[in-house]
Amino acid sequence: MEELSLHILDIIENSTRAGAGLIEITIVEATDHDTLMIEISDNGSGMDEETLGRIMDPFYTTRTVRRVGLGIPLLAQAARATEGSCTVESRVGDGTRVTAEFRLNHIDRQPLGNMGETMATTIAGNPEVDFVYTHRIDDESYRLDTRELRLVLDDVPLNSAPVITFIRNDIAEALAEMKNRSRTGTEH
Amino acid sequence: MAKIKIEDLKKIKERVQAENALRHGDRRVRVTVHMGTCGIAAGAREVMTTLMKEIEEAQVSDVVVTTSGCMGLCSREPEITVEIVGEEPIVYEYVNENKMRQIFRRHILEGEIQTPFVLARGKEQP
Repeated sequence: MEELSLHILDIIENSTRAGAGLIEITIVEATDHDTLMIEISDNGSGMDEETLGRIMDPFYTTRTVRRVGLGIPLLAQAARATEGSCTVESRVGDGTRVTAEFRLNHIDRQPLGNMGETMATTIAGNPEVDFVYTHRIDDESYRLDTRELRLVLDDVPLNSAPVITFIRNDIAEALAEMKNRSRTGTEH
Repeated sequence: MAKIKIEDLKKIKERVQAENALRHGDRRVRVTVHMGTCGIAAGAREVMTTLMKEIEEAQVSDVVVTTSGCMGLCSREPEITVEIVGEEPIVYEYVNENKMRQIFRRHILEGEIQTPFVLARGKEQP
């Protein structure tokens, strides 16, 4: 994986396969604290203690088609490479929360990458799931809640191609604007 | 707080509703983009983005897109499965943006299987 947004897409896909109806993705970039925090929480089936205990083991998976489970270990490795950390909390029946913390300006931190494409891809592939995507950069914030989009869209499906393009572009534009504003903000 | 452009979304809704009113037709094709860790690392997200752009450009509404996990052939990712109703599913391997465009225009729209990119025929095992 070359960018953090790909790790995020991977973790979200895990959540959808755990039967989640609501997945919340939160990204917080704090320049003052030099941290980047990524949190993905779902209300899916959750994991028992044994599974949770082995989640960082790349040679453990619940799947039968292959013998490795690299999603979480790769994210954890990316976080540790920046003196950060990765934790997974889960309860059977309640859901799962994956949190990864990075040092924002660490030389080995992967770029965040294209969050617009990540959200557009996951919404296109899982139209029955709701997503709340919150992104904060210092004092600026952005929020996309598919439940609100559905209210506006009426009978038009969330995964119809023009809506997916709208989501992809809206996120890209909002993040670029936020970056710009927070940069000019710190100069004053 | 950056706000979602609700007015733009309303316009999109009206456009899609107007387009759909002119068509009849159920789902004709299902395209599954394999979105496991291996697929994502190999470029499945870019393949999905290309596919959605092609669907929008061609203005078709009978193509359904979905994602699935890895089916165990990680070294041949990105993989997609094209299922045209009434026909055998076709799994394509090593898909990239260019191959995706070709598969969309030739196979999905015109029914011509792109043999050089085919990995397998038949239903994938989940």
